[in-house]
Amino acid sequence: MNRGELIQAGKLEASEGEEARRSFFTSRLEALVNWGRKNSLWPMPLGTACCAIELMATVGPRYDMARFGAEALRFSPRQCDVMIVAGTITKKMAPVARRVYEQMPNPKWVIAMGACASSGGMFRSYPTVQGVDEIIPVDLYVPGCPPRPEALLLAIMELQKRIAREPVVAAARGSSTAF
Amino acid sequence: MLVNRHRITWWERIYLPAVARGLWITFRHMFRRKVTMQYPEQRWSLPAYFRGFPGLVRDPKGRVKCVACFLCEWVCPPKAIHIEAGELPAGNNVEKFPEIFDINLLRCINCGYCEEVCPEQAIFMTRQFEFVAPARGELIFGKEKLLEMGGVRPDPILKWENK
Repeated sequence: MNRGELIQAGKLEASEGEEARRSFFTSRLEALVNWGRKNSLWPMPLGTACCAIELMATVGPRYDMARFGAEALRFSPRQCDVMIVAGTITKKMAPVARRVYEQMPNPKWVIAMGACASSGGMFRSYPTVQGVDEIIPVDLYVPGCPPRPEALLLAIMELQKRIAREPVVAAARGSSTAF
Repeated sequence: MLVNRHRITWWERIYLPAVARGLWITFRHMFRRKVTMQYPEQRWSLPAYFRGFPGLVRDPKGRVKCVACFLCEWVCPPKAIHIEAGELPAGNNVEKFPEIFDINLLRCINCGYCEEVCPEQAIFMTRQFEFVAPARGELIFGKEKLLEMGGVRPDPILKWENK
């Protein structure tokens, strides 16, 4: 009986045996890779509106995103891991945002910061994209108009927690990196 | 009027003194007062006027103060509030109550108009502002969650007692 048959026969939970299937070596490797990834998040600041000001404050000395290893804001998407969409995305900006996202190397994550980026906010109008998740997959939403730096730091910490339990080996085999 | 280009001197051209001066500034900052807030442990002390996200309140006897008058839904600039009213049985001072009261935090812009417009003082801007969620639906807060956020507020407007 293989694993699939065992699950069907109800003798094995679908989640059970997942740990055993990965060898000791790969699981330790995974922990190491994820540790490296989560502590060196390089954000891509897609700042299109006032949320970008709070983003700047977050990187500044008072709130200091460098404490989480995410201080290296790179304005080239090819060097970035996490895209922080800070601001209103208009229909005209949407293709650009999509292109910036596609230029980022995998694995990549997206934080929708603020009301406009996550849902369109108060701009319920034809030129505004009603949430950036209409054009790119979003991992975390941060409400607020704009969110305080604390809220963004909370998002960074939450993202780190999520990256820590992301399967690296399975992702390399070709399944999705999404959690 | 012409502005002449500054001719850099020999001292400026060798470039190293400027580097040394820059490093000296960096070095001096090590002994300055530290300004960084260690966020999850240390927190910002909120000023009295701070507006977080709105929450519904109960009166001291634990009854929901909202009468589902739809004023906050009407005034809300991003239309983040969704109310569906229900009817209370006759005999009460109160005729309506909110069956569904949802606030989409992702739409909310913390403007405080809902608090300002509310005739029953049933909705208040709470001081909570840190929320993160992996899906949009998790940030649409229902009535229970909003009441939990708002808590109890004793004040003279009591619809259940006097009409």
